[in-house]
Amino acid sequence: MDIMAWLGTLPGAAAQGLVWGLMAIGVYITYRILDVADLTVDGSIATGAAVCAVLVTNGVNIWIAMLCALLAGALTGTVTGLIHVFFGIPAILSGILTQLMLWSANLIILGGKANLGLPRLKFGDKLLISSDVAVSNGKIFITLGILAAFAAVVILGLYLFLGTKFGAAVRATGNNLNMSRAQGINTNFTKIVGLAISNGVVALAGSLLVQQQGGASVDMGRGAIVYGLAAIVIGEALCARFNTPYVVKQICVLCGGIIYWFVYQTVIFLGLPTEYFKMLSALVVALFLGLPYVRKQYFSKAKKEVKKNA
Amino acid sequence: MLEISNISKTFNAGTANEKVVFDGLSLTLNEGDFVTVIGGNGAGKSTMLNLVAGVYPVDGGHIKIDGHDVTKLPEHKRAKYIGRVFQDPRMGTATDMWLEDNLAIAECRGTRRGLGWSLKPSNRARYREMLRELDLGLENRLSTKMGQFSGGQRQAVTLLMATMRKPHLLLLDEHTAALDPKTAAKVLEITDRIVTENKLTTLMVTHNMKDAITHGNRLIMMNAGKIILDISGEEKKNLTVEMLLDAFSKASGAEFANDRALLS
Repeated sequence: MDIMAWLGTLPGAAAQGLVWGLMAIGVYITYRILDVADLTVDGSIATGAAVCAVLVTNGVNIWIAMLCALLAGALTGTVTGLIHVFFGIPAILSGILTQLMLWSANLIILGGKANLGLPRLKFGDKLLISSDVAVSNGKIFITLGILAAFAAVVILGLYLFLGTKFGAAVRATGNNLNMSRAQGINTNFTKIVGLAISNGVVALAGSLLVQQQGGASVDMGRGAIVYGLAAIVIGEALCARFNTPYVVKQICVLCGGIIYWFVYQTVIFLGLPTEYFKMLSALVVALFLGLPYVRKQYFSKAKKEVKKNA
Repeated sequence: MLEISNISKTFNAGTANEKVVFDGLSLTLNEGDFVTVIGGNGAGKSTMLNLVAGVYPVDGGHIKIDGHDVTKLPEHKRAKYIGRVFQDPRMGTATDMWLEDNLAIAECRGTRRGLGWSLKPSNRARYREMLRELDLGLENRLSTKMGQFSGGQRQAVTLLMATMRKPHLLLLDEHTAALDPKTAAKVLEITDRIVTENKLTTLMVTHNMKDAITHGNRLIMMNAGKIILDISGEEKKNLTVEMLLDAFSKASGAEFANDRALLS
């Protein structure tokens, strides 16, 4: 194995890890803080990408394009929240419904085409980050710096938000609905806001992803929720033994994303065909999510005692 | 203070499982009343509390708290007037959040929750003082997750949370039923102190007849959605468990059907 060639792939993997890690932080808000499995993300990441791509190809400033992507993502989360809260449809199903709506919406945003490339737009001119992962010209390191800065701003912003009175109400909503209502929290509202923020972050990641991949496609979000969960389970394994505050957990989730893409890059480097990737991702996530249950169900002390006595 | 007038409630109306819990229940609490509520299984004690709290809407009738008609208000808006402690110690606090997080959330009950900082260092001394009064050794554990506390500690904290912003009405739904006798006595003692100190209007459902007699200034007994006994003042002080059982069988024509009540 050519160690140098392998090392050369790592910066690119880190960049991908940072983008998907950022998305995973969005997923973390719903999955861990709101205690909702929100499947909107498969659609909203593509929405973020599509909005950003269309605006920037039409000459809009990249910062404004990314801001619009974020707002569009927040809107998708709001739709899921409204369906969930006002029609009483389970959150997971509400997310699936929105996701399907977004398939159409994303096609419409992309002007009826399934793909929109950004070939004529250049890094440093129109785009914020580069799709060039070659170590030789150093663009990748600028990209890594910018991505890390975005992640830092998002984590800091969430830390500040979740520390406010309203943020505490959002956390309480995910933790104990009963107690939240008894304390006067409008749990419908906190859920909608939580979903909106989550999908806003996801769409922001989408707007970075489109620059990184050099184009948007209506398909690009497929499996996003699984990559997000992968980053979360790896990240939580990193800080499992500590009574860590949520801000540290989010940093761990970001690192989880990077580790995940390191592993991916390595496995690809070792010659695994890329078509196996989604299968592997899902299996890894299933394994990690199932581990606590398996441990409790089959390997707990009490069970062993019963077996011994039998 | 609390006016329940002529409320009705039927669960699963129009199905084979239809259950009429209330058909015209009325009850008025005066300012500062500490009312204990006893009754057999399925008498409607908890349902009455849940209807007052707005967990589910009434089918008919009105509920007023301190002159405000809350009949149509959702649960979270009624929380402005009401402090609640539940039977299940897991229900009253956010278990994955710190003790001080929970207190900060409770301190905002009934106010607009804006983007001000939730945990203020300046509040900590006050939280510690309140916790010290509980006398459960919680004052130095502000950054401990609620889930790590015992049931009794959680119920005491929930009680504190329900009352740290003075409620117009305090609802206690068998809040000591899940605790061992010693802890239950301690939580009841704290309850008595908080209610008396703050002159809170309180409805306390209990399964324990002795507790119902020794606590509060008024006792009501319910059966099949009706109030069959309402005793207060001097008369209540002279009550005994036997008298209550007697009154129950006279009023309802049946034996008191609550195993836990008879055992305790």
